Amino acid sequence: MNTNVHDDYQLPVLQGTAKEFYTYCKAHDLRFQRCAQCKTFRHPPRPLCNKCYSFETEWAPVKGTGKVYCWTVAMAPIGKAWVSYMPYAAVVVELDEGPRVATWVTGIPPDQLKVGMPVKVWYDELTPEVTLAKFKPL
Amino acid sequence: MADPKALRDKTCVVGIGETAYTRGTTKSPLQLSMEATMMAINDAGIKPSQIDGVVLPNGHNGGATAGDYAANLGIKDLIYTASFPEMGGAQMVSAMEGAVLALASGICDYVLVPHCSYFYTGARARDMTANPSNALQAAEYIRDYYRPFGVGAPPQHYAWMAQRHMHLYGTTQEQLGAVAVAMRKHAQLHPNAIMRGKPMTMADYMASRWITWPYKLLDCSLETDGAGAFVMTTAERAKDLKQKPVYVSGIASGHPYPPHDIPNRPDILEIGLDHSAPRAYAMAGVKPADIDFAEIYDCFTGQAILQIESAGFCKKGEGGPFCENGNIELGGKLPVNTHGGLLSQAHNTSMNHVIEAVAQLRLGCGERQVKDAELGVVTGWGGHGHGSIAILRN
Ligand SMILES: [Zn+2]
Repeated sequence: MNTNVHDDYQLPVLQGTAKEFYTYCKAHDLRFQRCAQCKTFRHPPRPLCNKCYSFETEWAPVKGTGKVYCWTVAMAPIGKAWVSYMPYAAVVVELDEGPRVATWVTGIPPDQLKVGMPVKVWYDELTPEVTLAKFKPL
Repeated sequence: MADPKALRDKTCVVGIGETAYTRGTTKSPLQLSMEATMMAINDAGIKPSQIDGVVLPNGHNGGATAGDYAANLGIKDLIYTASFPEMGGAQMVSAMEGAVLALASGICDYVLVPHCSYFYTGARARDMTANPSNALQAAEYIRDYYRPFGVGAPPQHYAWMAQRHMHLYGTTQEQLGAVAVAMRKHAQLHPNAIMRGKPMTMADYMASRWITWPYKLLDCSLETDGAGAFVMTTAERAKDLKQKPVYVSGIASGHPYPPHDIPNRPDILEIGLDHSAPRAYAMAGVKPADIDFAEIYDCFTGQAILQIESAGFCKKGEGGPFCENGNIELGGKLPVNTHGGLLSQAHNTSMNHVIEAVAQLRLGCGERQVKDAELGVVTGWGGHGHGSIAILRN
């Protein structure tokens, strides 16, 4: 009775704030939600600023540079679509402006990754609708 | 605010029940749950219709709600129901906390906490975490921001924490392995353990295949079917019941911050249990050094190490060495998961941990009995690091 609902590469559902985030990615413009009042970044997006309680938000551009925070190296597929990518490192990158993202660091074997390694964004145009912000060593 | 110490030893577990754990079953979650429920009620020696509170840890038990329990148990006036779905694997101890409050406040006389895990026959964990149909905001985040990068299964998010722990504290693969080996050893002594009769050495552990570095197959908990249940009442009422009561001395739930997203926590190794454990010890009036055994939520080896630290059994960062040299095995400094845990007994979302702790405190565990056990800890972990803890005594 097991049904693996993730046989295909699972794309984000482009609605609400995710649609806004990925629309910027498609334009090769990495932005994060930021409180329009106190300018505190937050990710993933949510309605209310937990510092000043403003509902006003803006999509603030970042430089696209950051550092490796931690990672795992996937060696068992979470769906058929992932078999051809394995092994891949799923990395948490901390942007210089603060937000952390789940992403890939490409152009380097997973066993060469180091905590604190400086990285820079690049854009992987996966489908006509979805572009993913990935990173490579600086 | 009232002093939580007022709740110390005011309520107790008076009945436990557990079905066989299997990999695959033809029984429905409701059927399994009712079987475990009747075992627990008979163990307590009360009539099913005396139950007036049902705390259903995840709210539905594979389709069965509190109302199904009322219907099956003949409870014509079900007074109190609650559930704690966001707590994930921490929901069992949080459910116990809900029962404590309902009993101590006088709202209920007898509370049932039943749970069925249908992880082999039902949907697998990897398919549930990124499925917003479970109505958790965190699932939507995983779907939209992790899953496109191939991160969706629990071992992956949790491996992030393990890698960070290795980086900061020098925790080794063998230290993760020591947790898995200890759990497997204990499972050999439990008649209802999936891995009984299948011993495992450190060499077996090291040779097992990678799932998501630094986690190997044997760092990951089992996927099994089976149900368990426990019945609670007040210390006053327990005097007239057939079992020796096991008292809830301290209990608390806690949350990481922010709770819904691991990467954006200031410190991804600060977990819910860091908040709840001090509260539970204060309520119980005991220290970690007083504890005779601990049933730790071992969804993955690294998460067990994090909780051993956060429950105060060693300092932050020292969990790796703490788990070596037989320290967490029966006869060691702190026996952990005397039933084999989620890693080697079965994955019943820590219902099996609660049941084992109660069984230990009844001193009826035979060859796996912790000698003269008086105080035991049960922890829960789930939903990306929520953490609950119960301190139980006999
Ligand atoms: Zn603000």
